[in-house]
Amino acid sequence: MPAVSKGDGMRGLAVFISDIRNCKSKEAEIKRINKELANIRSKFKGDKALDGYSKKKYVCKLLFIFLLGHDIDFGHMEAVNLLSSNKYTEKQIGYLFISVLVNSNSELIRLINNAIKNDLASRNPTFMCLALHCIANVGSREMGEAFAADIPRILVAGDSMDSVKQSAALCLLRLYKASPDLVPMGEWTARVVHLLNDQHMGVVTAAVSLITCLCKKNPDDFKTCVSLAVSRLSRIVSSASTDLQDYTYYFVPAPWLSVKLLRLLQCYPPPEDAAVKGRLVECLETVLNKAQEPPKSKKVQHSNAKNAILFETISLIIHYDSEPNLLVRACNQLGQFLQHRETNLRYLALESMCTLASSEFSHEAVKTHIDTVINALKTERDVSVRQRAADLLYAMCDRSNAKQIVSEMLRYLETADYAIREEIVLKVAILAEKYAVDYSWYVDTILNLIRIAGDYVSEEVWYRVLQIVTNRDDVQGYAAKTVFEALQAPACHENMVKVGGYILGEFGNLIAGDPRSSPPVQFSLLHSKFHLCSVATRALLLSTYIKFINLFPETKATIQGVLRAGSQLRNADVELQQRAVEYLTLSSVASTDVLATVLEEMPPFPERESSILAKLKRKKGPGAGSALDDSRRDPSSHDINGGVEPTPSTVSTPSPSADLLGLRAAPPPAAPPAPSGAGNLLVDVFSDSPAAQPGLGPSPEEAFLSELEPPAPESPMALLADPAPAADAGPEDIGPPIPEADELLNKFVCRNNGVLFENQLLQIGVKSEFRQNLGRMYLFYGNKTSVQFQNFSPTVVHPGDLQTHILSLAVQTKRVASQVDGGAQVQQVLNIECLRDFLTPPLLSVRFRYGGAPQSLTLKLPVTINKFFQPTEMAAQDFFQRWKQLSLPQQEAQKIFKANHPMDAEVTKAKLLGFGSALLDNVDPNPENFVGAGIIQTKALQVGCLLRLEPNAQAQMYRLTLRTSKEPVSRHLCELLAQQF
Amino acid sequence: MIKFFLMVNKQGQTRLSKYYEHVEINKRTLLETEVIKSCLSRSNEQCSFIEYKDFKLIYRQYAALFIVVGVNDTENEMAIYEFIHNFVEVLDDYFSRVGLHVLQLLLIEQPLPAASRLAARAGTVSAK
Repeated sequence: MPAVSKGDGMRGLAVFISDIRNCKSKEAEIKRINKELANIRSKFKGDKALDGYSKKKYVCKLLFIFLLGHDIDFGHMEAVNLLSSNKYTEKQIGYLFISVLVNSNSELIRLINNAIKNDLASRNPTFMCLALHCIANVGSREMGEAFAADIPRILVAGDSMDSVKQSAALCLLRLYKASPDLVPMGEWTARVVHLLNDQHMGVVTAAVSLITCLCKKNPDDFKTCVSLAVSRLSRIVSSASTDLQDYTYYFVPAPWLSVKLLRLLQCYPPPEDAAVKGRLVECLETVLNKAQEPPKSKKVQHSNAKNAILFETISLIIHYDSEPNLLVRACNQLGQFLQHRETNLRYLALESMCTLASSEFSHEAVKTHIDTVINALKTERDVSVRQRAADLLYAMCDRSNAKQIVSEMLRYLETADYAIREEIVLKVAILAEKYAVDYSWYVDTILNLIRIAGDYVSEEVWYRVLQIVTNRDDVQGYAAKTVFEALQAPACHENMVKVGGYILGEFGNLIAGDPRSSPPVQFSLLHSKFHLCSVATRALLLSTYIKFINLFPETKATIQGVLRAGSQLRNADVELQQRAVEYLTLSSVASTDVLATVLEEMPPFPERESSILAKLKRKKGPGAGSALDDSRRDPSSHDINGGVEPTPSTVSTPSPSADLLGLRAAPPPAAPPAPSGAGNLLVDVFSDSPAAQPGLGPSPEEAFLSELEPPAPESPMALLADPAPAADAGPEDIGPPIPEADELLNKFVCRNNGVLFENQLLQIGVKSEFRQNLGRMYLFYGNKTSVQFQNFSPTVVHPGDLQTHILSLAVQTKRVASQVDGGAQVQQVLNIECLRDFLTPPLLSVRFRYGGAPQSLTLKLPVTINKFFQPTEMAAQDFFQRWKQLSLPQQEAQKIFKANHPMDAEVTKAKLLGFGSALLDNVDPNPENFVGAGIIQTKALQVGCLLRLEPNAQAQMYRLTLRTSKEPVSRHLCELLAQQF
Repeated sequence: MIKFFLMVNKQGQTRLSKYYEHVEINKRTLLETEVIKSCLSRSNEQCSFIEYKDFKLIYRQYAALFIVVGVNDTENEMAIYEFIHNFVEVLDDYFSRVGLHVLQLLLIEQPLPAASRLAARAGTVSAK
């Protein structure tokens, strides 16, 4: 027990404190304090030297006065004097005062540092600890400069006491966090790792905290901590509930240490050493098993501590994402918590499950809990829990359950808290779009969304529904009918009027045959809403009216009447007035033909990434969007909404099956020429050019169009066309690819999506699609740290071209933000055009600054020639005929090689399909063999390819034969493919 | 990672605050006011975790005293939740005979180094 608890130790202090407490008024308190300050001042100034006890007492009083909120401008020197006392209590009060009141007062700092230095060197563990705590508490740069070099020495010195080691570790951690540059790395780092083996659990705990922080910056230096952490964890997990004495918390052995160890392991990939990995998996299983055992104590503290470990274990399992068995078990465990009576557990279970949903191994298991989660959304009384339930529903949604989830979310929206409505609206809009199978359902959903939560439906959402209706002629009639019905409601949201106005203006003719929705009825319905709407909506409706004049000549007179009315022609709003005047003139002057041309139906919008998705990403930061981007989640959706369809279709016009999210979008066309007649309203309203007319206020269409128009690439650098490097993207700046680049590239030969690269700082995900000779690649750069990356610049070059000076690949990149916040993800889109065949993949060089240190990394971009494969189906006869035609020796490439993976026919098939060729059945007389055919599409030429793969299960060998019309292509394809088996 | 540690009474006054990252004094007041408001407005049925800006707040109530810990999103909520209780137990064990004013002094003195947490019962405190 510290000496202060000896109440009689400082009677004067106790009396003073109780005096203050007894003060009836603020004035009385101030009076008492001033009296005391005068007293202390006179004592300090007095001729008589004060003894240590008195000094301590007065310094304590000053401290108390300071804590009451008064300024203290003297006494510092006396406090510093106390530091050199040999009495613990005096030294302690001295340090206390310094820690609370120190500022960078230069003279004092020197004295203080001197005292600290003496204490650190004193070999008295108590004094050393006091000094270390003081350094940690102040944590200033000056202190760091003075002591950062000493502390590691104390930490790893063989003769340091446990308590000192513990304090030194925490002190170092504090200094490192405050100013990382001051803490020198060195030979001590290896010895710090060995503290994980220390006898004293306090030392281990402090060391884990320190290592977890240090290893983020220098993962390789601390790599050995993985096996030590695993063995420490294993000893804790398997110890009996009383083995660890002081470190057992309600029968749970060292819960916080276990959590920290599990967290440390999450800084690294799964251990490579099979023995370590086996031991770790055993640990994880033990934790999962223990969760099922009856509790050793009824106390809630027991189960809380146990669950803390369990949740951390589950995060580690999710981090590894490689043990299907554990993932499913984790999911089942969380499933039990979903119905637990503790709100905290339900919350955490929903949160963890959200991440589980994104693993391909556990996605299905998560889906089985859908009913419970829906129930949580309906019945939870805590908005934060409901929010988690909504997040989870979003994460678990796929084609199979989209209708159910969307309808539940819509229902929830009616009663949802205002704070989260907009987010729910966005989520519903995205799910509806992403998983729409029939588009009438999609239209219904979005209109419902507007009906239920119109205020929260942002422009992106209703723009999107218009884009989709415009681009899909099979849904236009239905959309017109539905909006017409929706507009019948006596009170409908203004967003509904906008959507209704736009759709009827475009497609009202499709329902005009029904007398209940004849043109005059449509018009009067819309016009009944007109006066209640904002200027922007009224402007949009005026455009609808002029379109009606074209669609339904019988309404011309009525509409002209409306336009001619004083309230339009002399409207105070210049935009409305101008529209009314110009539309009126247009309708009276122009011939029917001219009208029909000018007021033609809107052309389809170019397909592109959903603006809603972009909005959600912006809103939620990373994480939210990434679940969506994670294509692994939902393999079944690939056939429509994400995958590359084998059917050839022209890229410039969206095919009817065009993916809603625009994933298969063609590269953006060149920006249209600026319209010549600037200021011409018609250009403004009807042209499909996005150019905004400066003289006019932004009309809704304008906003609409500019929203929809693909932005011209910011840096339309045909990087490779210009051998002179751009200022910041010089190929000579690009380092050689990292050693594992080839291996990483090989992973992507047969697939298009996945994680290209990952280390402690950065994760790079790839999502790509190729059609004919065009490709689009999305690169997702995720900052895994909590610190912002600066000067972040990824660049792409194609070294192959630099050697030969022949342009074979054109890659358009967009610049990305140069700062990537901690935990954030940025996306980069690459448009790739294959001009001719190529052998070397382009290089991706990523450079940024992390914590002041420049980082750079060069990878091979997973663009290989086979990406431009178009599968070709052919009969056996044709195959053999062509095979014979390609009989020149240089046209054939053959390789015989040993199987590196188990020889599974299904896997092989999938790989060959992933490679890009068509698989031809019944061609080869031997059914074990695989035969494929395809055409490599480049802009300059097409290369026909035939391939044959003969597995020999007994010898565990393959023979691969490629025949193409071009010699280097045969060899290259053969090499690429041979590495896959 | 723990960002800050607050002890607040029901009247909304901060009794103790400790920040492990630099936050300007005037911003602290604002932050504390908002944090306290969001804790006080919650009922027993609600969970003990609140998302607040970039932090997650984890809180527990002991009679008229709230203990609130602000963490970043990689922290284990349950571990912090139980850590608060452990902390209170340690204080209770250690200072049961000590008046509040001395407790207040000591609370500031204990280093509670960032992210260390009290490792186990009496763990770091016995370092003194």
